[in-house]
Amino acid sequence: MKAEQNEQALLKGLANNDSKAIETIYKDNFNMVQAFVLNNNGSYDDARDVFQEAMIALYEKAQSESFVLTCQIKTYVYSICRRLWLKKLQQMGRFSNQVDNLDETVPVEEDLEIHQKRNAEFAIMDRAMKSLGEPCKSLLEGYYIKKMGMQELAAEFGYTNADNAKNQKYKCLMRLKKLFFSQYNIGE
Amino acid sequence: MDDIQLLANIESYLNGEMTPVEVAIFDALRKKTPEIDQMVVEHSMFQHQMDSYAAYQNIKHSLHETHNKLLESGDLNEGGAVSTKVQVVQLWNRYKRVTAIAASVGGVIALVISGLVAYFSPVVNGNQIQQLSKDIEIIKRNQQYQGSLINEVKSKIPMGVTIISGGSGFLIDTKGYIITNAHVLKGTAAIVVDNKGKEYNAAIVHIDTKKDLAILKINDEDFKPLKSLPYSIGKSNADLGDEIFTLGYPRNDIVYGVGYLASKTGYNGDSLSYQIQISANPGNSGGPVLNTNGEVIGVLSTRQAQADGVAFAVKSKNIYQFIDELRSTDTALEHIKLPMHANIKGIQRKQQISKVADCVFNVKAFSKK
Repeated sequence: MKAEQNEQALLKGLANNDSKAIETIYKDNFNMVQAFVLNNNGSYDDARDVFQEAMIALYEKAQSESFVLTCQIKTYVYSICRRLWLKKLQQMGRFSNQVDNLDETVPVEEDLEIHQKRNAEFAIMDRAMKSLGEPCKSLLEGYYIKKMGMQELAAEFGYTNADNAKNQKYKCLMRLKKLFFSQYNIGE
Repeated sequence: MDDIQLLANIESYLNGEMTPVEVAIFDALRKKTPEIDQMVVEHSMFQHQMDSYAAYQNIKHSLHETHNKLLESGDLNEGGAVSTKVQVVQLWNRYKRVTAIAASVGGVIALVISGLVAYFSPVVNGNQIQQLSKDIEIIKRNQQYQGSLINEVKSKIPMGVTIISGGSGFLIDTKGYIITNAHVLKGTAAIVVDNKGKEYNAAIVHIDTKKDLAILKINDEDFKPLKSLPYSIGKSNADLGDEIFTLGYPRNDIVYGVGYLASKTGYNGDSLSYQIQISANPGNSGGPVLNTNGEVIGVLSTRQAQADGVAFAVKSKNIYQFIDELRSTDTALEHIKLPMHANIKGIQRKQQISKVADCVFNVKAFSKK
């Protein structure tokens, strides 16, 4: 019972981007995933990418209110990583001999599908941001991602006052929206 | 109201930064103008998207940080890339005692083992020699040659020469022409020894390293030409599974071996040779490979090092080609007559062997200094 509560607490921490929780989950699970990827034709970098991807999927899942994890974090992370890595191997035309087929896994197809859809959306936003150019990109990143105040941003970018910075921010935002929606609607 | 102002208003409306009065005014505006209403919905969606994007970026960042942090602390390992000098020192300090104990235990074990090995080594040695003997067959053969030098004082091997290579060979003409492998003849001259131990001087007539065939001619007054050869040289291809036998000199005495034709091609699909399943050893090179009808189907040439019993024989067709080529260049060879009829066909194997054995020679090549 205690272990279960502990896991719930960890997931809650992860959902809040709490570094202590992330570190704990990371430490508990990474080596297992690394071993799996290395044993199946992968490199250290592959292992890191796959694991972090799985962590993000778990993070997204943990954020939704209705979320209840029906299995251990370890099993879930392993299942996602396994699925992701085998898929990647297939895409690269390399096949693993799938020696450890007997490991406990849970079905994660649905979660992965949602996750990949979100990833696609993020990729659109990423592209829109990148094609925005400076200083718009940094300004919007500062405000929306790093959650800096207008005053702070004005100081950092050298605007004479917060109002000017705010004005500039809105101009940038309008351009970003345009870029984003032009892509987003095509994507739909 | 310009676009920027509108956007600013929508944002503060969505973020709940407006006073109740302003909200009421804005709500009324939304109702009145569908475009603004549409913009609010759109922006709300965009803002949601932006929020999750921000969260995504942030979690990615944290994961990255965590990864690096854990790498640094040594909780993760990416193949030795983390072993910094500081860590080595730390490890040393931590495991100094353990290492010392392990080292002394290791030392004691090493002493004990070496003592045990020394104690038991006479027994082990016998085995090792037997195993090695396969690897040093060539050396052993050289020793045999030296032995024969001492034994046969009246050997026809000239004084002061060393035997470089050796193998087997067999007559293809009653007048004393012997065929063998090119790789058997590394020297400049050779002697041949028959199965009764009698030696004859022989000259190297021609060597074709491509076909791995060579011809020797016995130039010795002791040699008496035979009336006929017991076997024939096959012209057609042999069939898979044909029973075959060979005679050769892996030792100083003639040795008989039996096997079957395993493949119509040789090593790596070489179409000039057959693969045969037979026990062959260094010294068998150049020996005849005969089928049960007494036809020579090939010249035993090589064997596969890693596989047991897998040997290769140059196809007998090549002998015809080889001789034909020689005839066109060397008129002295025009009178070579390859045996066409096998008179050992249909007789018992033992009799076949005793007849063939008279025509198989131990070839020893040497070079004069």
